[in-house]
Amino acid sequence: MPFYRAHVLVCNGTPCILKGSRAVQTALVDEIKKKGLENEIKVVETGCLGISEVGPVMVVYPEGITYCGVTVNDVPTIVEEHLLKGRVVERLVYKERTASHVSAAAASRSREQRVVLKNVGSIDPTSIEEYIAVGGYEAMGKALTQMTPLEVIKAVKDSGLRGRGGAAFPTGLKWELTADAPGENKTIVCNADEGEPGNFKDRLILEGDPHSIVEAMIIAGYAIGANKGYVYIRGEYHQSVSHLERAIAVAREMELLGEDILGSRFNFDIEVFKGAGAYICGEETALLESLEGTRGESRMKPPYPPTSGLHGQPTVINNVETLANIPQIIANGAEWFASIGTEKSKGTKIFSPCGDVLYPGVYEVPFGTTMREVIYEMAGGIKSGKDLKAVLIGGPSGICISKEDLDRQFAFEDLPPGAGALIVIDEDKCIVDIMQNCAKFFLHESCGQCVPCREGTKRLYELFTWWQGGAGSPGDLALAQSLGDVMSVSAKCGLGQFAATAFRTSLPLFEEEYRAHVVDRVCPSGVCKMNNGCESEVV
Amino acid sequence: MEQKQCSCCKSHQGTSGGYSEVIRSFERKPGNLIPALHAVQAAAGYLSEEAMLEVAEWLNVPVSDVYGTATFYTLFATKPKGKYIVRLCDSPPCHIEGSNTIMAAITEELGIKPGETTEDGNFTFEIVSCLGLCGVAPAIMVNEDVYGNLSPEMIGDIFLKYRKKES
Ligand code: SF4
Ligand code: FES
Repeated sequence: MPFYRAHVLVCNGTPCILKGSRAVQTALVDEIKKKGLENEIKVVETGCLGISEVGPVMVVYPEGITYCGVTVNDVPTIVEEHLLKGRVVERLVYKERTASHVSAAAASRSREQRVVLKNVGSIDPTSIEEYIAVGGYEAMGKALTQMTPLEVIKAVKDSGLRGRGGAAFPTGLKWELTADAPGENKTIVCNADEGEPGNFKDRLILEGDPHSIVEAMIIAGYAIGANKGYVYIRGEYHQSVSHLERAIAVAREMELLGEDILGSRFNFDIEVFKGAGAYICGEETALLESLEGTRGESRMKPPYPPTSGLHGQPTVINNVETLANIPQIIANGAEWFASIGTEKSKGTKIFSPCGDVLYPGVYEVPFGTTMREVIYEMAGGIKSGKDLKAVLIGGPSGICISKEDLDRQFAFEDLPPGAGALIVIDEDKCIVDIMQNCAKFFLHESCGQCVPCREGTKRLYELFTWWQGGAGSPGDLALAQSLGDVMSVSAKCGLGQFAATAFRTSLPLFEEEYRAHVVDRVCPSGVCKMNNGCESEVV
Repeated sequence: MEQKQCSCCKSHQGTSGGYSEVIRSFERKPGNLIPALHAVQAAAGYLSEEAMLEVAEWLNVPVSDVYGTATFYTLFATKPKGKYIVRLCDSPPCHIEGSNTIMAAITEELGIKPGETTEDGNFTFEIVSCLGLCGVAPAIMVNEDVYGNLSPEMIGDIFLKYRKKES
């Protein structure tokens, strides 16, 4: 490995890319070549550095100087002044208190506790050397050479880790069930089919720290006795796919994947499987169908995947964020992990506030943090100084809450976080309009297999559309409510069971507003057209 | 599919436009259906009837299943699409941030409604579910390129880039 005297990290998080970080990076590489510094200075592309509101952002090491708002035109100056002459370009330096929004961002960072995201933004996700330099693959080594599979499972159980994809099933128990189930070809699947609107955390992990997923899957495979792993990843996540494929290829080259890993006689390999655009494939049995090459239609449960999953064999399916915790748990011990969070909810959770907040983004906090802290202190509160109306926790399939609940804590025993999406809605928005949009989503994404969901999502969408057009009738609210109740108990899978949850939980909170639409045929926020159903979209 | 043809019929071979090789590069097992469809679409632009028949035969999957799968997933196209596929997200976070106004701007810019392709075959406009870009809502993708924090005024410039490439 050549020795570099300086490293420049260029943020390649989505917000920075949108602000032109790619062009800046290309210009930087060119300029460094022009000055003949390519053997002294290394340009590294990294995941989100967490201050994307002032992007494009780059950090120069060893000094650790952060430049923000860098344009292509600034690049020659930075190279000439800083990299060549060692003089910091003051005007571009990110100073925490120069602007209020920057200090807010800095403050929010200090409240964060990064376990899962610890490497995101600080290492080059395309370099295995950097991952190893920060302790990567040590947990794998420890598990494979010093622990028995049973001990690994016990550590995960003792840590109290529960699934981060929304269902919150205890991870260690899932592994144990799978390890104990009879079957020759066990499989570990990483569910990276992040599709619930409002969630964009898995993307950050996959793009910013792909090796952590590779490492976690090896450990999981060892624990449950699987020799094969799949990452089922959204077809739209091009960069995640390429970073992960690269990570796997390099791990294979270094013999961290393959046969007899670290002389442990354990064989394991991982394949990336690209989804093809179907939200339902985030549901684990639909995902398995898709992996087997068919339409992603959910299966009847039980049997559950730990006993009968991929091709009828015992299978563990874990969310990306869940897996990203594993190397940390093995490396630092179950006790350390269990010391974070609350009594019943261990560890941290990543939240992705979006919608009407000032700084949408991805924030990792310990369980027990209140919603007010996440929305107001970290995400900067509501845009344009407006008031908060409602939050959809976990996305359209989650529950709807109002500002009354702001001081509740995120924890499984208080306010369950779902997958972590917080769709924040300000006072100007209309609740019926939002629900109609949610209903449209489910109508489109229903796999169509069972009647309560296929027909129910359609009827709900119709009802909301009528209300928006001023064509509701007085009995509609009760009708929608009972429809939602029926769907929740009779649909075959989670999609249909939770498709009406947001509406059902919002009804008591905003009953007056619903009544105004349905009975008086007016929209208090002036969003709905109330044109007697004319112009309403036909599906 | 209008045309009835049995999967053993060889008459469709030779018309394949570059995807036959692609299909044959896959191991012959049903589990490869989705990766194979991805690959064919990447090579040929869309999944033609002939291509689906060939995939069915090679992977030993009933033709009906191949068609059923191809039409289940939104990323697969069984009809030719434009060179650039414009995907506008209309899920709640983007909706709240004004995806409607972006839809209107794109419709005006391209002169087509969602679901349609421009006459020159350059652009297909689609409304899709969440793209995982909610942090920069409202967002669109043009093929693999991502655009977020959009306002209607930005749409013209975005398409100018692609138009220039094509002219
Ligand atoms: S609930 Fe909906 S998505 Fe689930 S199986 Fe039934 S139709 Fe399919
Ligand atoms: S809601 Fe539009 S990208 Fe997620």
